[in-house]
Amino acid sequence: MRTLMQRLGEDVRLKEGLHACMSCGICTAVCPAAEYFEYDPRSIAVTVQSGNEEKIRKLIESDTIWMCGQCMSCKPRCPRNNCPGLIISVLRKVSQETGAFVKSRLGRQQYLILKTIGTNILETGYCVYPASVVPESHPEQGEVWKWIYQNMDSVYERVGANIGKEGPGAVRKIGRENLNELECIFAESGGDTLFTTIDEFSRTYAKESGFIDADGQPDMEKYTDFLLNEDNDEK
Amino acid sequence: MMKNSQVKVTKDIADDNYFYLRSCIRQNFFPGSENVFLDILKNKLGKNIIDNANHTSCTGIGYHSDIVPYETYQTMVARQFSLMTGQGLKNAAVSCITSYGGYNEVLETWKEFPEEEAKARKNLKNATGRCFEIPENISHSCDIIYKFRHDIAEIAQYKLINKQTGKPLRIVDHIGCHYAKIFPDKGVGGAEKNTVLSAMVEAWGGQSVDYPERRHCCGFGFRHYLVKNNRSYSISNSKKKFESMEPYSPDMIITNCPGCNMFLDKWQYALAKIEGKTYSGDKNGIPVLSYEELAGLVLGYNPWDIGLQMHQVNVEPLLDKMGIDYNPDEKYLDAGGKFMGKPEFTGCLPE
Repeated sequence: MRTLMQRLGEDVRLKEGLHACMSCGICTAVCPAAEYFEYDPRSIAVTVQSGNEEKIRKLIESDTIWMCGQCMSCKPRCPRNNCPGLIISVLRKVSQETGAFVKSRLGRQQYLILKTIGTNILETGYCVYPASVVPESHPEQGEVWKWIYQNMDSVYERVGANIGKEGPGAVRKIGRENLNELECIFAESGGDTLFTTIDEFSRTYAKESGFIDADGQPDMEKYTDFLLNEDNDEK
Repeated sequence: MMKNSQVKVTKDIADDNYFYLRSCIRQNFFPGSENVFLDILKNKLGKNIIDNANHTSCTGIGYHSDIVPYETYQTMVARQFSLMTGQGLKNAAVSCITSYGGYNEVLETWKEFPEEEAKARKNLKNATGRCFEIPENISHSCDIIYKFRHDIAEIAQYKLINKQTGKPLRIVDHIGCHYAKIFPDKGVGGAEKNTVLSAMVEAWGGQSVDYPERRHCCGFGFRHYLVKNNRSYSISNSKKKFESMEPYSPDMIITNCPGCNMFLDKWQYALAKIEGKTYSGDKNGIPVLSYEELAGLVLGYNPWDIGLQMHQVNVEPLLDKMGIDYNPDEKYLDAGGKFMGKPEFTGCLPE
C-alpha cells in the first residue's frame, strides 16, 4: 500500500509547489484565508515537507486544507518559489481519493460542489450557466440579477448573446457532439473516477450518519440539506 | 513621478489572428462585455479573431474547487488547443482569468514534465481522436486591449475626463489574482506593479489611483463562493478592498477578471443590505466595469448595447461624468424596442 507521502509525491504539482521551504511565513502574511480563518499555509508546507505520515493523515482529514481560496497570492511572494496553494491542491486530491474528506465539515462540502459545478459541466459544457444561478439561492446577486433571470431570453438577446441557441456567441447551446467529447475526456482522464469517488464516499458517510430513505439507501436529499445547514462559524 | 504606464513591460502579446476562448462567468453575467471586445477587434481595429462554437468551458472553476483532476484539466485544455489548431490559428485570446492562469499552468507543467504533455495528448487522442499544436502566444483579452490602447485613444469619442470639472476621472483597478500571481512574467508589469489596466486608464485620459489593498483578492475563493455556507469569506475580502478604496473616492473600478467584476458589483449591494452603507459617498455604489466595457464607452458604443444594464450598481453617474450621450429610456427595452419591465431596485441603497 502506498504511503500518503508517496501519493502526494506522485503528483507533479507537489514538485512544482514545494522546494525546500525555509518557513519564513510570507505566505501566511499575505494569505486572505489566513486573515479570515485560523489558517497557516506556512505550517502546511512544513508538515508536508516533514513527510510525517501521521501529521499528513491528520491534515487531510481536517478542515484546514479546505480553507485555502486558491487565489495563489502566496506564489509571487515566496522567496523560494514555493506555492502553498498548489500543495493544497495535491492534499485535497489525496483527501478525496482516500475518503478522508468526509471527516471534515468543509471537506464534506465537496459533494455540494460536485452536484452543482460538476453537473453544470457535464450537462451544459459550462461551469456556470444562467439558469443555474437561481435568485432564491443567490440573494447576494441582487435585484438586477433577479430581473435578468425573469427576462432571461430577452435580456441576453438585447445585449447580443446567443442564449440556448446553436452557433457561436455568448451562452450559446453547446452541441451534443461537443458534450460527448467532454464526457469522453472525463472518462479517459480520471474525471469520472473522481466524481464517482466523491459521490460514493459521501453516500457511505450519509448512510453511516443516519441519512437513510425508506428503502435503506442513503438519503442524499436530506444529506444535502444537512450540508447546507452545518455550522459555518469556523473563525 | 513615473506613471504606472511607464513601468517596463516585457510581455509578448500577439498583434493579430486570434482564437477566442470565452469565459463561463463573463458570458453568464456580462455577455455584452465579450461581444464588445470582439466588435472592437474586428470592426475598430481590423483584426482577425475567431469565435468558435465548439469550445466548452475549460473546467477551471471545477479544477480549482477540486472536483476536476489535473489530468482531466490538462486534457480539456488540450482540446481547446486542438480546436485552435483546427482553425490554423496560433494565438489564443482568453476572456477568463482563471482559464488564463490555467492554460499557463498547463504549459509550464508540460515544459517541466514532458510526460504530462504526452499523457494529455494520449488522453485527448483516445477520447476524441484529436491532436493539437502548442500555441505560440497566449494572451488575456485585457493584454490585447492594452496593446492597442493608444489606437483606441486615437479613435475615441470620449475621454476619461469629468466633463463638468475638466479633471481626469479617478479610477482604481483590481487585477484578477490568476492573471499575474501564478506567473508574474505572464502579466503586464508583473504581480506587484501590474499596469495592464492602469496603462489603459492613463491612455484614455483618466487618473489611475493606487490604494493599499490593490493586490488583495476579491474573495471569490472558488469553494468559498460556490458553497452558500462559505460566502462570508468572499464578501469579507471584497469589503476589505472597498474599505481600502473608500478614502480615495474613486469614480469607478476597472477589472480584468470576469469573476472579480461580478463580485465587486454584487457585493457592494449585499454589503449595503448588511451594513446600510456604501463606499462611494452616494447611495448608488462605485460602478465596476471591465476593460472591454470601458473601451466600449470610450469608443462611443451605446451603453445598453454593451450590456451595462446588467450591472447592479448603476453606471449612469459614470456616463454623466464622461458626458456620454445616451438615452436612459432605452435601458430596459428589448431588441425589438419593447419594454421588458425593470428591476425592482438598482444600485445599493434606496434614495
